[in-house]
Amino acid sequence: MSGLLSPEILANIGKQSEPQRELVTRRDIRKYAIATDNRQQKYLRGDVAPPMFHVPLFWDVVELNQLSPDGVSIDHLLPKFPLEKAMAGGLQIEYHLPMHPGDWVTATRTLTNIYEKEGRSGALIFYEIIMDILNDANQLVIREKTTRILR
Amino acid sequence: MSRELTDKPNLNTLTVGDQLPQRQHTPSHVQLMLYNAALWNGHRIHFDEPYTTQVEGYPALVIAGPLLGDWLNQCVESWLNDGGRLTQIDYSNRLATYIGETLTVGGTINRVDLTTREVGIDLFIHNAEGENVAPGTAIALID
Repeated sequence: MSGLLSPEILANIGKQSEPQRELVTRRDIRKYAIATDNRQQKYLRGDVAPPMFHVPLFWDVVELNQLSPDGVSIDHLLPKFPLEKAMAGGLQIEYHLPMHPGDWVTATRTLTNIYEKEGRSGALIFYEIIMDILNDANQLVIREKTTRILR
Repeated sequence: MSRELTDKPNLNTLTVGDQLPQRQHTPSHVQLMLYNAALWNGHRIHFDEPYTTQVEGYPALVIAGPLLGDWLNQCVESWLNDGGRLTQIDYSNRLATYIGETLTVGGTINRVDLTTREVGIDLFIHNAEGENVAPGTAIALID
C-alpha cells in the first residue's frame, strides 16, 4: 500500500446522491433502441424498455456551464482523488423488473467503496458506485454497480 | 466440438460450449451521434474529430463504452428471442474502439443449471485484430 487514500477521502464511502425520479416514455425508448441498432420490434416500437435503458434515463442533465471543456459533467458524488487518469471501467447490472412507458422510477447512487491496489506500473485507485432504481411501489427494478479505476 | 445455437433456447439440449449467434457492428457517425444524443452525452471524443485527434491524441472518434455494453446485452437477448430473461450482466471496457472499426459480438454457454433453469454465458467483443475489447458474463433464466 502506498497510502494514497487519506482518511478524508475514505470518509466519502457511503455518500449518497439525491434520489432522481424520471418518467419512462415510448419516444425515449424508441430513440435509444434505434440508436443502439436493436433489432427486436418490442423495443423499436417502444412497448418496453430494453436492457441498459436506465443509462440514458439517468444520465446527468446539467446546464452548459456545468460541463468541463471536453463536454463531461462533474460527478459530485466523488471526492477529489490524488490520481485522475481514468482507466477501464466495469459495469454489473441486475435486472429485476421490466420498465414500460408511463412508469416512474427513482435512482439513488451510493459511493460504496474506495480502495487502492498496486498495479504493474504503479498505484491504482478503485471506486465503486451502486445505483438502485426503484419503482413507485418501492420495488427494486435495476441494480447497477460501476467500478472505475484511476491511475 | 462447439456448435452455434440458432433456435430459441431449449434447456434440455443446451450444452456448455454452445455458441450464441454472432453479430457484427460497424457504427457510423450518424449512429454514434444519435446514441450520445439519446444519452445527453456531450463528451467531445465522440463527435468532435479535430479535438479528438489533435488534442486528445486518439486515432479517430471513440465509440462510447456503454454502447459496447448494450451490444453484449443485445447478443444475449437476441438469442433468447423471448424464450427466457436476461437477469444479470457484467462487462468491462478494456480497449478503446474507434469509428470505422467493425466489431464482432458473441458469447459461449459456460454453465447450464437444470434445477434453477439458469444459464451462464461468457461474452466478448472482438476487434479486427481479434482482441477482446469488452469481455463480460451474463446469466439468463430460461422459460
